[in-house]
Amino acid sequence: MSYNIPAFRHPNLPKNDLGYTSKDYEGAVSTLCAGCGHDSISAAIIEACFEMSIPPHRVAKLSGIGCSSKTPTYFLGNSHGFNSVHGRMPSVATGANMANRDLLYIGVSGDGDTASIGMGQFVHAVRRNVNMVYICENNGVYGLTKGQDSATTDKGSKSKKGEPNALEPIDLCAIALQLGATFVANSFSGDKDQLVPIIQAAITHKGFAFINVISPCVTFNNTPGSTKSYDFIRQHMASTNTVDYVPPATEITAAYDEGTDERVAMHDGSVITFHKLESKHDIHSRSSALAMMQEFKAEDKVLTGILFIDQDSQDIHEAMNTTAAAPLRSLNADKLCPGSSALEEINNIHR
Amino acid sequence: MKPTDTNNPEYFHKVVDCQYACPAHTPVPEYIRLIAAGRYSDAYMVNWESNVFPGILGRTCDRPCEPACRRGRVEDKPVAICRLKRVCADMKDDITARLPKIPKEKNGFKLALIGAGPSALTVARDLMPLGYEIDLFEATSKAGGFMRQQIPSFRLPAEVIDEETGYILDMGVNAHFNTRIESMKALLEKGYDAVFVGSGAPSGRVLKLPGYELDGGKNVQIGVEWLAQVAFGHQTETPKDVIVIGGGNTAMDCCRTALRLGAENVKVLLRTPISAMVASPWEIEDTQAEGIPILENHNPLEYIVEDGQLKAMKFEVIEYSIEDGREVFTPTGQFETVGCGLVLLAIGQANAFKWIERDLGIEFNEIGLAKVDDVTYQSTHPKVFFGGDAAFGPKNIITAVAQGHQAAVSIDLFLNGKDLQERPDPSTNLLSQKMGIHEWSYASMVSEEERNIVPHVDLDEAIHSHTMEVELGFDAKTALEEAERCLNCDVETVFTADKCIECDACIDICPVDCLTFTKNEEEAQVRRKLNVPAHNLSQDLFVSENLNTGRVMVKDEDVCLHCGLCAERCPTSAWDMQKFLYIAPTAKLEND
Repeated sequence: MSYNIPAFRHPNLPKNDLGYTSKDYEGAVSTLCAGCGHDSISAAIIEACFEMSIPPHRVAKLSGIGCSSKTPTYFLGNSHGFNSVHGRMPSVATGANMANRDLLYIGVSGDGDTASIGMGQFVHAVRRNVNMVYICENNGVYGLTKGQDSATTDKGSKSKKGEPNALEPIDLCAIALQLGATFVANSFSGDKDQLVPIIQAAITHKGFAFINVISPCVTFNNTPGSTKSYDFIRQHMASTNTVDYVPPATEITAAYDEGTDERVAMHDGSVITFHKLESKHDIHSRSSALAMMQEFKAEDKVLTGILFIDQDSQDIHEAMNTTAAAPLRSLNADKLCPGSSALEEINNIHR
Repeated sequence: MKPTDTNNPEYFHKVVDCQYACPAHTPVPEYIRLIAAGRYSDAYMVNWESNVFPGILGRTCDRPCEPACRRGRVEDKPVAICRLKRVCADMKDDITARLPKIPKEKNGFKLALIGAGPSALTVARDLMPLGYEIDLFEATSKAGGFMRQQIPSFRLPAEVIDEETGYILDMGVNAHFNTRIESMKALLEKGYDAVFVGSGAPSGRVLKLPGYELDGGKNVQIGVEWLAQVAFGHQTETPKDVIVIGGGNTAMDCCRTALRLGAENVKVLLRTPISAMVASPWEIEDTQAEGIPILENHNPLEYIVEDGQLKAMKFEVIEYSIEDGREVFTPTGQFETVGCGLVLLAIGQANAFKWIERDLGIEFNEIGLAKVDDVTYQSTHPKVFFGGDAAFGPKNIITAVAQGHQAAVSIDLFLNGKDLQERPDPSTNLLSQKMGIHEWSYASMVSEEERNIVPHVDLDEAIHSHTMEVELGFDAKTALEEAERCLNCDVETVFTADKCIECDACIDICPVDCLTFTKNEEEAQVRRKLNVPAHNLSQDLFVSENLNTGRVMVKDEDVCLHCGLCAERCPTSAWDMQKFLYIAPTAKLEND
């Protein structure tokens, strides 16, 4: 097995505004199973960051434990990273964001890491509206422990063992919507045309951007009875909309149809263009999103695309009014440790 | 686009750029792997089967393979294929036991071959093992033709020619040296079943300028003839000042030889700029490295002869340009006189067929060449075949060999009463290289080593001997390094559409972005839409059958590294790495 990748790249590889090629956004060679959907998500993150000319050293990748949480090694090799304890990525991300609000935080988690052990952490990160991209690589199976059903396995879905799952699944998108998430999307690892612009929109979004990505587990959950196999998703996938990310200060040339197209201006000057495939859906309405999801689920369809966006979202710094004070990382030693006289003063207040 | 038919052997053959570009279609990656494995004799035999003169070609080949090498598109420089070929010739063991057995009982056909150059020797090599009886006629005293007479020994030692021509002569060829055929008519009357003309393009062109008659051919000489005299030891010294006229490889050989025979002041003068010279770049480099000035844009006007003695040559400086694809030489009115005691003319070669009577049924064209079929090499006289420089004018050794193979096939078909246009098929073999779950039987990792330079002998030493070989050849360690640079383009990426689950794994891992899932359209659209658009139109696109989503897998062959990562990351083995061996057809016994 090759753990190395040849150094040569296509001589005509395009360069972005920073003069980088996509090679500068790659990581180590994946050690996940061949064909794992997670690798496609890593490739989509690479493509999104390359196209947006994001300086790799201004990104922090955070993850917990699981197959999904290994993947930050496989993209953005020149970025910061923190591989935390199982399910605890959100609190590490929150802390990092408190200390340094200038980095782009990309959290990568899986269905076990998010919907089971990390559920308590996940929901609070959502309600705090931490400014980050949270990608759940959802394969509906515990792959790292050899294929047990997870909390997101659909009722009746059969993994490699052949036993239908008896329990109701947790729908992470629905939970995020109910908890007040300001950006919620659902996508599929096998559809980069959809996934890449969604990641770009999520990066642009100010606040907590949640993307649930269905990511087939080739080894344990790509069987005929599974609802998270490549074939099943391809046969049952429906989309609310297609999305185009338009960087700031770019002339928009694409045709615009009043009836079905909508442009959403983001806080950094970029524009997300939605081409609605489902005319009833209002992407600015939580209840519309929840209703659509229910409707499609009843028809045995998986609804994908950007489900909800609140472009006026206030992230945790604004909501808690931390913006007036400098972030922790900019404080010097004197400020961080004001000395015993300051301690004495504080103690005196309580005496 | 239509799905690619990989059952057509030419598809995968074209992916092996070096082999495809080689006129004799030598399986280059195959022998390079054998060199890497230290199996030099095996590597030599792979070469010998296809190009007959590995030791000679490993020093002198025009190497059409190297500009074609995929490595040259991935990084700057191609694999040093030619010099690796020399390695297997240098380091092999005695291979005489591996040479084909020659049947004692002959098949009853008797052939005459004219000339003992590369094409005629190839015909002999191919047809002797089939039981033909062969008479070989050579005007000079030794075999080799162009290779012996016109390539100087400091590039190609005589022992190498002796050895490799010897393998063929020792098959029992009736070689008649010092025998110039003066009449084709007389030869045909001797009752040969077929005649092969491989007499080369022996006569160099003359440049008749004012003063030429005064010199009387004494000190204004034709380069190729002068080189032959040096090769046979008839010419051992030169005057101090020598001018070489011409910009091809013969000009380079002439000036370097003159330097070695004691000339103190050798100059090459040519009408064109250096950038438009036809000599191989490496020959120009070697010439310049020996301190020989090359004066460009000099149009020769006159030989200055005083009292019957050549003194100098007069030139006019010209301005060179290309207009509407044609070379234009504009006089500047500036004249130069260059002193010299010898002028060597290397301005091209011509064929001379004065010895072929024009009433034998062998038709000639307007430029004095016999009309020869470019597939069968048969002339308009069914029993007479041509090959090498005698067929279509001066080319190179490897082309002569390739034509010799084809002529041998034709002669064999002809004498067995078969249609000459029905050429035999190549023999091909496609075999998976999978050894384990993610393990291949070839070195799939791509070496980042840069092209190795062949060491030369010390320059001062080199220019004092016209027999001392200038290049030393690679040693075993450098040869291994250089061999590892080969991308193994013959280990093909073989795709099975009905196994593909479209998981994107191959597309994500491919280091050079040569794979894309896309909707099938016209080729121009598909080329534009690929992950990296495919602008190199000389390289094919592989297009699969339709996949489940209605898309197709498209592979741009252009810069594929054959690293096998697509197959390694494929969960269903829809991609596999399979070694494609293509052996160009040669004359063979039916049951071989």
